Amino acid sequence: MSTASPTATKRVVIEPVTRVEGHGKVSILLDEANHVTQARLHIVEFRGFERYVQGRPYWEMPVLVQRLCGICPVSHHLAAAKALDVIVGADQLPPTAEKMRRLMHYGQMFQSHALHFFHLCSPDLLFGFDADPALRNVLAVADRYPELAVQGVMMRKYGQEIIKATAGKKVHGTGAIPGGINKNLSIEERDGFLKDLAQMTEWAKGALKIARDYTEANLELAGRFGNFDSNFLTLVREDGAMDLYDGQLRAIDAAGEPIFDQVDDQRYRDVLLEEVKDWSYMKFPFIKSIGAEKGWYRVGPLARVNACDRIDTPLAEAERQTFKALTGGKPNPMSLAYHWARMIELLHAVEKIGELLHDPDLQGADRVTRGDRREEGVGIIEAPRGTLIHHYKVNADDQVTMCNLIVSTTHNNTGMNRAVTDVAREFIDGVPEISEGLLNHIEVAVRAYDPCLSCATHAVGQMPLVVKLYDAAGALLDERVKGCEA
Amino acid sequence: MEHMEQYSITIDGRTLTAWEGQTIMEAAHDAGIYVPHLCYLRGLVPFGSCRVCTVKADGRFVSACTQPVTPKMTIENDSEELLDLRRSLIEMLFVEGNHFCMFCEKSGNCELQAIAYRLGISAPRHDYQFPERRLDASHPDIFLDMNRCILCARCVRASRDLDGKGCFDFVGRGRGRRIAVNAEARLSDTVVDVTDEAIDVCPVGAILKKRVGFKVPIGRRTYDLEPIGSDLEARRRPRAAAPTGGAS
Repeated sequence: MSTASPTATKRVVIEPVTRVEGHGKVSILLDEANHVTQARLHIVEFRGFERYVQGRPYWEMPVLVQRLCGICPVSHHLAAAKALDVIVGADQLPPTAEKMRRLMHYGQMFQSHALHFFHLCSPDLLFGFDADPALRNVLAVADRYPELAVQGVMMRKYGQEIIKATAGKKVHGTGAIPGGINKNLSIEERDGFLKDLAQMTEWAKGALKIARDYTEANLELAGRFGNFDSNFLTLVREDGAMDLYDGQLRAIDAAGEPIFDQVDDQRYRDVLLEEVKDWSYMKFPFIKSIGAEKGWYRVGPLARVNACDRIDTPLAEAERQTFKALTGGKPNPMSLAYHWARMIELLHAVEKIGELLHDPDLQGADRVTRGDRREEGVGIIEAPRGTLIHHYKVNADDQVTMCNLIVSTTHNNTGMNRAVTDVAREFIDGVPEISEGLLNHIEVAVRAYDPCLSCATHAVGQMPLVVKLYDAAGALLDERVKGCEA
Repeated sequence: MEHMEQYSITIDGRTLTAWEGQTIMEAAHDAGIYVPHLCYLRGLVPFGSCRVCTVKADGRFVSACTQPVTPKMTIENDSEELLDLRRSLIEMLFVEGNHFCMFCEKSGNCELQAIAYRLGISAPRHDYQFPERRLDASHPDIFLDMNRCILCARCVRASRDLDGKGCFDFVGRGRGRRIAVNAEARLSDTVVDVTDEAIDVCPVGAILKKRVGFKVPIGRRTYDLEPIGSDLEARRRPRAAAPTGGAS
C-alpha cells in the first residue's frame, strides 16, 4: 500500500468482501479512540483485457471481451457488438437483430437482478445486518423462506434460458455479431417463454414488494446508511424514457438538475474523464465539466430510476412514481434504495420481455447489415450494474489497435468508497469492540451497489472473510476468519 | 481401369475388402470406420506428419494415411493403447500452440477441438508452452493466426497441388519449424486468393476468412450435434463397392 496511513493506530481489513461479484477488500483506519480516519474499498485484481485484445481481429471482440465476467457477460458481449456496429457502418440494425439483442439484454437484466436480490443481498434484508453469520446466507434463506429461494432460482433460470435462446449458450454465447445477430427466435422457443411469462411477472412484483416494503419500513436506517448527495449518470432514450439497451448519455446533479443531456455515445469523452489512483486497480471516472473532486457520480439502478423521465412499461412506471414520491420527485440519495430501484428494473425487464415475445420481428430472416467501414467505434449499454462503455479503434487490416473499457462498477468507484466511509463513521466510529455484525454493515453498503469488483466470477459462499487488527506499529493484534479455509 | 487386386484385411476384428494401392485410411473410410486424423485430407497427397492416425498393422505402429494395405493385414484401430497415444499427441498439439477455444471463431468447426472432445480430453497432461506466434492481417480477405497452427501442411499441399500457387511452405527446423508465406514478409504480397482451396483446408483457426467470425450460431456448427467422424460411421457399408483414392 503506497498511501501513507495518516495518524492511524489500528487498521481493520475486510478481505475479501463477500457476497459480491469479484474480489476486493475494505480497509478502515482507526485512531487511538477508535475513530475512523479513513475507509476504502480496494479492488485487488488486475485483468489487462484492454492491452491483450490489441492485434486481434475486431469481429472477435464481442466473444473475447465477454470473458471478463461470468455473471453478466451479455453486457460486455452487447457493448462490444454495438461498438463494432459503428466500425462496420451498421447505423441501423435490421429489426430482428435489434430486438433479438434487446431480448438477450432484458433476459440478462432479469437473471442478474434476481441473482443479486435473492442470492446475495436477501440474507441481509431478511435476517438483519448483524444476524448470526451462520444464518446470514442463501442456504438459510432456502431453509426459512423456501418459496423465495425457489423463485430466485427459477427467475434466474428463466433469464438464462432467454440468453441461451438468443446467444446460443447461457454463459459466453456468440449471438451478437458486428452489424447484427446470428440467429432469430423460433416459434417453439418463443412459446416456451410465453408459457412462464405471467408467473415471472408475478414473482417480479413480489420481489419488488419486498424491496419497497423494506425501504419504507427502514427509512430511518436508510437515511443514515450511505445516504449522501451525488450526481447520477445513465443512458436515456431520446424522449427521456429509461432505455437499458441504447440511448444518449444524461447526467443529473443531486437536485435532479441536468448537467448534460442527450450526449451522443460516440462523444462520451467530451463529458467524461478518468483519474488513476495509486491504491486501486480501478480508475475513477468523473464528469469533465465539474472536475475530478466533485464530478464523481453514481450509475446503476438508482441512477437510472432517478434520472429517467419515465419508464415505458406500465407496472414499472407505476412503481417508479411511488419511488420518486418518497423524495418529493428529487433524486433518491440512499444507498439502500438501490435494492428498490433494482427490483423496479426487474419488473421492467420482464415487461419488456413480454412485449418482445409478442413481436413477430423476432422470427425475421434479415439479421445483419453493413455500411461504410470506420476506424473507431463506441458502444454504451446500461448493464445490470450500470453504464458500460466499450471503445475500440481498428486499423485498415481489421486489427484492434486501442480498447478502452469503463465498466459499471468503475463508475461507482467513488460512490462505493463514499458509502463505505459513511457507514464506517456512522456505525463503527468510537465503538470499543468491532463485532462481525458491525463489519457486515460495511459489506452491506458495498453490496447495495451490486459491484462486479473485477468483472470476474466467484463462487458464492466459498470465499473467506479475514479481519485483521493491527496496532500503531503494524503488529497484528487480532485476526478473525470466517468461511472456508483462508 | 487398371486391374487392381482385392485384399481381405481386418480392422478391430472386422473383415473387409480393400484394394491394392489403397492406404489403411482409405480402406477404413470406405468401410465406414473412423480413424482420427488431422494432417490427412482426402484429395491431398498424404503427409503423415501429425501421427494422430497411428494404428497397429500386423503388430507395428504405422500412420494409416501413408501405409498401403497388404493382403491379410490385421489392423488395430480402436484400442485403449492407441487411443491413449492419440490423446497424448493431441494434448501436445494443444500445449505447443496457443489454442484459446473460448474466443476462437473456429470453435465448433475445429477438427483439433472436435477430436479432443471425441477422445475425451478434458485437460492436457503436459505444461502449456505459451509460444510467441505471429499474426498476419495484411491480406484484405484472409487472416493468419499462427498461434493456432499445428503444422499439418494442408495449406502447403493445397496451395501447391490444387491451386498451383505454392503460397505456403515450411521454414525452420525442429521447434523453430513454422509455416511461412511465399513472400518477403506478408501474406498480402503473395498471389493467394480467398477462394483458393488452401484457405478452406485448415483444420484449425490458423487460416481464416476475414469478417466471417461467429456468423454460424452455436447449435448449428459442424460438430455441435455429433462427434467428429459420425458422418463417416453413419454411412458404414458392408463391403466397398469401388476403391477410393489409391496411394500413387
